[in-house]
Amino acid sequence: MSLDKDTVKNIAYLARIRVGDDKLGPLAGELSTIMGWIEQLQELNTDGVEPMASVAAMSLPQRRDVVTDGNCRDAVLKNAPDAEDGFFAVPKVVE
Amino acid sequence: MADLTQFTLAEARDALAKKDFSAAELAETYIKAVQAGRDLNAYITETPEVALERARESDDRRAKGAPIGAMDGLPIAMKDLFCTEGVLTTAASHILDGFVPPYESTVSANLRSAGAVMLGKTNLDEFAMGSANITSYYGPVKNPWKAKGGANVGKDLVPGGSSGGSAAAVAAGLAMAATGTDTGGSIRQPASFCGITGLKPTYGRCSRWGVVAFASSLDQAGPMTKTVRDAAIMLGAMAGHDPKDSTSAAMAVPDFEAALTGDIRGLNVGIPKEYSMDGMDPEIQALWDKGQEWLKAAGANIKQISLPHTKYALATYYIVAPAEASANLARYDGVRYGLRVPGESLDDMYMNTRGEGFGEEVQRRILIGTYVLSSGYYDAYYIKAQRVRSLIANDFKTAFKDVDVILTPTAPTAAFPLGEKQEDPVAMYLNDVFTVPTSLAGLPGMSVPAGLSKDGLPLGLQLIGRAFDEETLLRVAGVMESAAAFSFHHGLEV
Repeated sequence: MSLDKDTVKNIAYLARIRVGDDKLGPLAGELSTIMGWIEQLQELNTDGVEPMASVAAMSLPQRRDVVTDGNCRDAVLKNAPDAEDGFFAVPKVVE
Repeated sequence: MADLTQFTLAEARDALAKKDFSAAELAETYIKAVQAGRDLNAYITETPEVALERARESDDRRAKGAPIGAMDGLPIAMKDLFCTEGVLTTAASHILDGFVPPYESTVSANLRSAGAVMLGKTNLDEFAMGSANITSYYGPVKNPWKAKGGANVGKDLVPGGSSGGSAAAVAAGLAMAATGTDTGGSIRQPASFCGITGLKPTYGRCSRWGVVAFASSLDQAGPMTKTVRDAAIMLGAMAGHDPKDSTSAAMAVPDFEAALTGDIRGLNVGIPKEYSMDGMDPEIQALWDKGQEWLKAAGANIKQISLPHTKYALATYYIVAPAEASANLARYDGVRYGLRVPGESLDDMYMNTRGEGFGEEVQRRILIGTYVLSSGYYDAYYIKAQRVRSLIANDFKTAFKDVDVILTPTAPTAAFPLGEKQEDPVAMYLNDVFTVPTSLAGLPGMSVPAGLSKDGLPLGLQLIGRAFDEETLLRVAGVMESAAAFSFHHGLEV
């Protein structure tokens, strides 16, 4: 599996990571090497094998649908790079 | 007075009980050691005030006859992946610049409740992604060990990773013990490289709440200590059910120290033939053989076993872990915490922040994760890897019908020089070839220092146990530790 520069550019956009045009070539090479190495899994027959998402042999615990936390607005906002009037502030989204 | 930095947790616990010295004296000794050892770059943040305050509280408890915790007054380091209330938490990433959590992780809170004294936050690979502690935004950590012979004499060596700062701190006497986290080997491999004991518990044994997430189905916290007994003490203090982590096991925490009976007669020890790899270092093979002899001499039965899908574990891991990481690390968006790099639009701001805030290895893994989860590739890569993960977990399940523990090497080499293996990501990934299968299966694994390479560098052996059977693991590890008679400070030059 070989990834070209356009593919890398696209996945970088999907991941919202700015990658300079000069880095796309080297990155495509590195990612192709990794994906090429991963390709070995295809030789293994996994027909009928259940995919394993978690090793925890348990069903997810349930609890009552009640508020267990909250009233800590200032603590939540304390680390925000930009907070105004009790809100997170972001660049303008709607013109 | 004796050199307090030589004490193990167990020794210091007993000495504190006898009032040979105070927790404050112990903390002061370690604070000085941490400052004197700054050249190793083992700590990102030192917290001497926190340490002294908690040490004095511990002394007060003892003076008043108040209840004493299992680690009361013992100075430890905290991997900087655990959120600590009011103390900078970085995950060794630029993107968490200035992040001071308003809450405490469950594991660090448990340790604090047990009376442990926090000396500071230790360095690691950025977001725990790495095997040499060279991807930290705060610079690499140096291994306190130096080669006594061979091509690497005089060179600075890596401590392993990702818990490299924790391993180096414990090995150099800059902490009596430290927390680590292990996703594919991040406790066990640095423990092997630095000549200390590292235990990755069963998935679910320690709460993940408040630990900066890398790959949630694999991440597990554990102790990094000088001895097996210390690992038992510290695991007991860290573990326990936590309703805030839905994968935390609702099980009682056993008395792990009581498991160290030294009696392994009749236990069956599995030796997986697939771990004898082509081109394996003869020194590693020889050490592994020696480990089998030690356990046999102690009355255990050695049995050859097969874990047929071992060779596919690393490739499986490098799909599953980056996929989960790409989802977990989506939260770093420049809005709620950490770094923000301005941009014209919201998307621009996201891209600038993440482009500047994440280092190269983290970006590589997010991109791989994004790719294998993207439409058209999801089944071919991600679901395929999850199926292979089932096969790997089943290998262990089958093997554990016949054996009680499995013995393997921890890492394919001793510590290597800083600057090596940096060009080829896949070569770096191979460091974890012996540790990753255990992680995929969620089983407990432990590295015990077992000997020295011909160049005088520490080498570890790994024991793997049944799920939630850390007791047997610790018992066998204790026997191996005695047989190896590894001199903890041997070869150490700080």
